[in-house]
Amino acid sequence: MNAPFYKFDLFGFDVSLIIAFAIGIGFGFALERGGFGSARILAAQFYFTNMRVLKVMFTAIVTAMIGVFYLSYIGYLDLSLVFISDTYIIPQVVGGLILGMGFIIGGYCPGTSFVAFSTGKKDAIVFILGVTFGIFIFAELFPFIEDFYYSTNMGRVTLPDYFGLSYGMVVFLVVLMALGAFAAAEWGERVMAKKGESK
Amino acid sequence: MTALTHILSKVKLQVTDNEHTYSHVEAKPYSNPYYVGFGLGLVLLAAFVIMGRGLGASGAVSSVVTVGVNAVAPEHAQSNGYFSSYLGDGSVSPLKDWLVFEVLGVIFGGFLSGMLAGRVKGGVEKGPRVKTRTRFIFAFIGGTLMGFGAKLARGCTSGQALTGGALLGLGSWAFMLAVFAGGYAVAYFMRRQWR
Repeated sequence: MNAPFYKFDLFGFDVSLIIAFAIGIGFGFALERGGFGSARILAAQFYFTNMRVLKVMFTAIVTAMIGVFYLSYIGYLDLSLVFISDTYIIPQVVGGLILGMGFIIGGYCPGTSFVAFSTGKKDAIVFILGVTFGIFIFAELFPFIEDFYYSTNMGRVTLPDYFGLSYGMVVFLVVLMALGAFAAAEWGERVMAKKGESK
Repeated sequence: MTALTHILSKVKLQVTDNEHTYSHVEAKPYSNPYYVGFGLGLVLLAAFVIMGRGLGASGAVSSVVTVGVNAVAPEHAQSNGYFSSYLGDGSVSPLKDWLVFEVLGVIFGGFLSGMLAGRVKGGVEKGPRVKTRTRFIFAFIGGTLMGFGAKLARGCTSGQALTGGALLGLGSWAFMLAVFAGGYAVAYFMRRQWR
């Protein structure tokens, strides 16, 4: 086991911040290339007219998932040292629903709003102020929602754990699901394009 | 090194282009989504291998909010269970944080990509039928919901859906499905803003 490097003390905290900046550059660059700096493209996902969000997201998930699976399989990456956030199922589902509504109302998510901001979009600045305000409200209400926030804790649980399947099998199923989603997305875009022409 | 100089010379060129012949700069089309996704996946994989953690965005805003509240009302910030978790023992500033530096990189990387493609220009993203003022109001409301939802879910699209999704976390996948459900549920009512 050689990786994760940071957890094996190959470098210190200060160096990790430089790495954070470098990784961030790659992240921001990819998001901008994908068109994620445009709220109209992000919103189009929810009207089936442009499925870029789904395509980019699932390709990225599948790529990283296969990489992690393979590197841990050959014994290079110690998966137990990679941070996976604990599952608190109900607060996470409720949070996801609220966040999804915020996505289509606001047009961005936090990461994409920073990319939109960096490429000059004024509505992205307003959105970021909204995110800041939302986090402030959450923290102020925290004493009242603390019990809910910590409820339904299931610990560090993954899909293979939960469904009792092998890690490799779940990876395979997710790849199949992604390929199906890509085919559906390509088909859906063609249908919507035709619909647009006939209008 | 030559590659870097090459990129920098292109950036410089774009800056001068934008100043002088702004209207003539043709924005390049966005890249193939599958290639972009593959590249993004490799960035995420690099974060796992080098750091043992994934990407994030909303956590950086939490650090900034904490520092802001702590500057205005330190006693209040320290007594609040959420802010105090970001303040720690007070020896390190919440801004000296991995996610804060990562998000600074995101801003720089997005700008770099936009510059190279001639896509950096001011403006408001909205459909033709909606006023800028209305768009700003919705941007703020959406952002507020997003900030609140991200804190409740312990992460946003980057930290939960992308990162947790690749690591096959149960909560992350439930979160991701909920995000799509929430978005599609409200999309119909928001169509004027975008189409």
